[in-house]
This record gives sequence, C-alpha cells and structure tokens, in this order.
Amino acid sequence: MLDLTFEAPKPKVIAGAKYDWELVIGMEIHAQVSSKSKLFSGASTEFGAEPNSNVAFVDAAMPGMLPVINEFCVEQAVRTGLGLKAEINLMSAFDRKNYFYPDLPQGYQISQLYHPIVGEGEVIVDMGAGIARKVRIERIHLEQDAGKSIHDMDPNMSFVDLNRTGVALMEIVSRPDIRGPEEAAAYVGKLRQILRYLGTCDGNMQNGNLRADVNVSVCRPGDYERYQETQDFSHLGTRCEIKNMNSMRFIQAAIEYEARRQIKILEEGGKVDQETRLYDPDKNETRSMRSKEEAHDYRYFPDPDLLPLEIEQAWVDDIKATLPELPDEKKARFMSAFGLTDYDASVLTADVESATYFEAVAEGRDGKTAANWVINELFGRLKKDDHDITTSPVSPAQLGGIVDLIAKGDISGKIAKDLFEIVYTEGGDPAEIVEARGMKQVTDTGAIEAAVDEVIAANPAQVEKAKANPKLAGWFVGQVMKATGGKANPKAVNDLVSAKLGL
Amino acid sequence: MSIDESTAARVAKLARIRVEEDALPALAAEFNTILGFIEQLNEVDVEGVEPMTSVTPMRLKRRQDAVTDGNQQDKVLANAPDAREGFFAVPKVVE
Repeated sequence: MLDLTFEAPKPKVIAGAKYDWELVIGMEIHAQVSSKSKLFSGASTEFGAEPNSNVAFVDAAMPGMLPVINEFCVEQAVRTGLGLKAEINLMSAFDRKNYFYPDLPQGYQISQLYHPIVGEGEVIVDMGAGIARKVRIERIHLEQDAGKSIHDMDPNMSFVDLNRTGVALMEIVSRPDIRGPEEAAAYVGKLRQILRYLGTCDGNMQNGNLRADVNVSVCRPGDYERYQETQDFSHLGTRCEIKNMNSMRFIQAAIEYEARRQIKILEEGGKVDQETRLYDPDKNETRSMRSKEEAHDYRYFPDPDLLPLEIEQAWVDDIKATLPELPDEKKARFMSAFGLTDYDASVLTADVESATYFEAVAEGRDGKTAANWVINELFGRLKKDDHDITTSPVSPAQLGGIVDLIAKGDISGKIAKDLFEIVYTEGGDPAEIVEARGMKQVTDTGAIEAAVDEVIAANPAQVEKAKANPKLAGWFVGQVMKATGGKANPKAVNDLVSAKLGL
Repeated sequence: MSIDESTAARVAKLARIRVEEDALPALAAEFNTILGFIEQLNEVDVEGVEPMTSVTPMRLKRRQDAVTDGNQQDKVLANAPDAREGFFAVPKVVE
C-alpha cells in the first residue's frame, strides 16, 4: 500500500488591531466540461468564435424549443465525481434557477439544486512535504453557463454574445475547510490538476474555463475547531462571497483583502453583512455587488422540460474502470518506486504529459538520474524556449539514451550537457553523435597517463608548488582535462595526478 | 401561506411584470386563492410514495456529443430590437 499519510497545515492567523483572527474559506469552482457541444443543444462550445454563431435556438430560448441532454457531459460529471472519491447519485434532477440578466435569454439557468449528480467527496491539497489539507467536497452538479456581456464597446449600450450560453459546467462545491489564501490557491491548483488528469475539463483559467467563487469569513482562534466538532455554522463568522475569479494570484489577493476588511469591521464593533462582492485587481479591493442582492431570490423549481436523470450503476462502474492513475497515487508511486523526493515527484506529476515522459525516461534506468535530467536540463531548456513537454524537441528515448551513456561511463556529466544541447537543437541518436563527434570519454588509463606525464613534465615549477600545497593538484587536473578536450574521465585523472605527484 | 401586497409587488418585480399600485390588492388576493387551492394537496398523505415525474414510463432522452447546430447568427439576431456587429445590443447594464 502506498503511503498517503500527511499532517494538516497550520491555519493562517491575521493579527488585527485588537485580536488574532483566523480565516474560513469555502469555494465553488465552475469547471467547463470538455465537450464539443453544449449541455442541452448541439451548438459548438468552441472558444473565440464569431459572436452569436455558436447558438442553437434552444440556447437563444426561442419559444417552443426543448432541451435534450448531452450524455458525454453527464459522463464527465460522473468521472469527475469518481476522481474526487465522491458518491455518485444514480438519480439526479434539474431545476430552474430564475433571474433576469441580458446574457440569460431563458430567464433561468438550468441547474441541479435539490438532487445533484455527485455527492460528498474530497480533495487532498498538498502544502509541502508530508503536509496537506483535506478539503471535503459537498457536491458537484451540472448546470448551464450564461452568455457574455461586453460593457465597454459603446457608452450607452451593453453587447451580448450567447456563444457561451448553455455550455456545460460542473459546479464543484467545497465545505469551508480551507484556512488561508495560499491553501485556497493550492486547492484550485490541485482540483485543476485532477480535472486535467481525468480529461473532464481543460482547466484553462484565462479563457474562463475554470472560475471560482470564494466564500470568506473570519473567526477567533478556537471557533473553527468548535465548528468542526459540531458542524454548527453559528461558531463561524458571517461570510461574503467573492464572485467569478479566474486567477490564482487574484484569488489570494482578494481573500487577503476581504479578511482584513471584515476584521476591521468586527474590531470596530460593526457587523459583517452577508453579500456578494466583486474583486477589482486594479485597486486590489473587493466591493459590494448590490445589483446581485435582489436577484438572490432565485425561486428554484424542478424543470418541467426535463425528466429526472437516471443512470445505472453498471455504467458508473464502466467509467470507473477507465479512470487513470490520479496525481496523489502517481506521486506516491514515483516516490516509492523511483526513490524521488516529495518535491521532484510533485514537479513530475504536475501534469500527465510530464509524468508519462519521465516514466519513459526512467524505465529500466536510475530514477533519480532520470528525474534530474528531466527536471533540471529538459524543463529548464524548454522553459527558455517557451516550449512545453508536449512540444519537446528531445524525445524520452533520446534523453534516455543520454542517461545510458553517462551510466556506461562513455561520457562525463559535463559532456552530457553539451550532448543534450546538440540533441535538443539538431536532433539525432545520442550514441551515434558521441561516436561521430569523438565525444567519448577517455577511460583508457594509458592515454590519460600519457597526458598527465606530459603536463607534469612541461611544468616543473608547478610540480614543486603542488608538492608543498596539495590543493594545487586541481590545476594539473584542469590542464589534463583541457589537453584531452574534456573527454578524460575526471576521476581517473584525479587519481593519476595524485599518484604521479606523490600526494 | 398568505401573500400580502408587498410580497405580490416583489414577485411581480422579480418576474419583470409591471403591476400598478392599485392592482396589487387584487393580485395578492388571487395568489392567495390559488395557493389555498393547492394547499389542499397537503392533506394527502404521501408518506413512502415515490414522486411521479412523468405520466409515461420514459427515460430522459440523451444525445451524443456532436456539433449539429449553430452558425445561424442572422437568424438568432433576426428578432432582436437592436443588434450590432453580431452582438445583441441592449441598454447599458452596469455592475
């Protein structure tokens, strides 16, 4: 069994003017399902299309149009649930969430309030070697995305594009188990990593395919433990919800600002109002979205256009059988099977592509050496060129070939770096390149001995000095390496120089 | 459950239906009649009865994930009171 034990991190404490305060954070993540077409219509989900071109009459809410569910989207929600070790509800149902906004032509969003498709699960959020926060997932439900309003194209008008209207979202709701801004960002990062492993959401935050609503409240030390014991929310402070954030950095900054704002109110004897707020990155502040307050009365009711969604356990089992190895398991396996450090294993399992690449290099070779080459040489070089692992000019077989040449003693570590650069820029088989360009390390002691003798004979004054001060032997080693074009085995040179100088 | 005039006014506002002040008492009374009628259903004991969601034994119809619709910007915008550069143009909505 793999070792997946960990300790909980300390909650972040903010010192107010009077007291110490702790943060309590819960999140709702909206993850766009990686489907070709929308949740209830056959219009494309492609990003960046001409405005209103990816719109079916269902999406535009034309009278008489009826929604028909996309089975692939249901499958992805189930798959995500299984990936978060959550219970799958074989019977779920759709409800209408009613509100008015120009980018919502139906006048309601089809969502799942009363019977979500996925129930309780969990996410383990790594916060350093052996330290992690277990964040409980309350539910995941399927719902429609809204359209996009553009406010800055005309002084008197807003422009509406319905291309995103009706695209399938998974809303992943956490319990208030997150205890600081860094944990919040790490939670989003971990969830994104799992979704990408599962292939259910591409995790592209820039395009808004992964967005977070963050609920923040503050409490005095000890209150949170009382809440955890009883699950009674009255031990916690009043929360505010910061809407629609699609950057890890902004999530952290917004939480930090919001916590301090609430602390100030409470220490001055005031009361925090439960409300929806918007983060303004330019001013680094959150402000009240009063317009949303009235709309909060959503008058949910079951959608009469849609029968309950019933799925079979056998189908769920089939999906489960196709789940990939997930980040936690992969990382633990990399640590135990290849002897990697927590850090190296984390870096290599950050995405499936890197992990697969590494495994191909490490297969039948020394895991730590393979990890060093992938992380330090390859990743470093790719970053310099703005490449990622999927567009790496060096294949795992080529990198493995380089590692083999080092292991066999054919090339030194230093020459290996030169070789890597050649393979990276020109391509080719590493062993052939070494052969063709005479890069092979000289391990033949006779040849090295001759070079050492030559250097010693040519520098009698240095020999005297080195005999008095053995540290100067390094100078001879350097000369010999230079004379052999860096191809001599450094250890052999070292030994010979010491022996010949009588050190 | 009883609906007073202010609740009636609120429901009308949420539904974006204009109701004049003097029509509110009648509207509230109508709501109460409807709700009172429906309230009778609460007298039925449904303990242990599975909710009926359809009169026919149907399973929710599903479709495959394929792009089969769209690319009809002109039709989508045809009924819009105002459209510019492919967008619906609406009175400014400020956050």
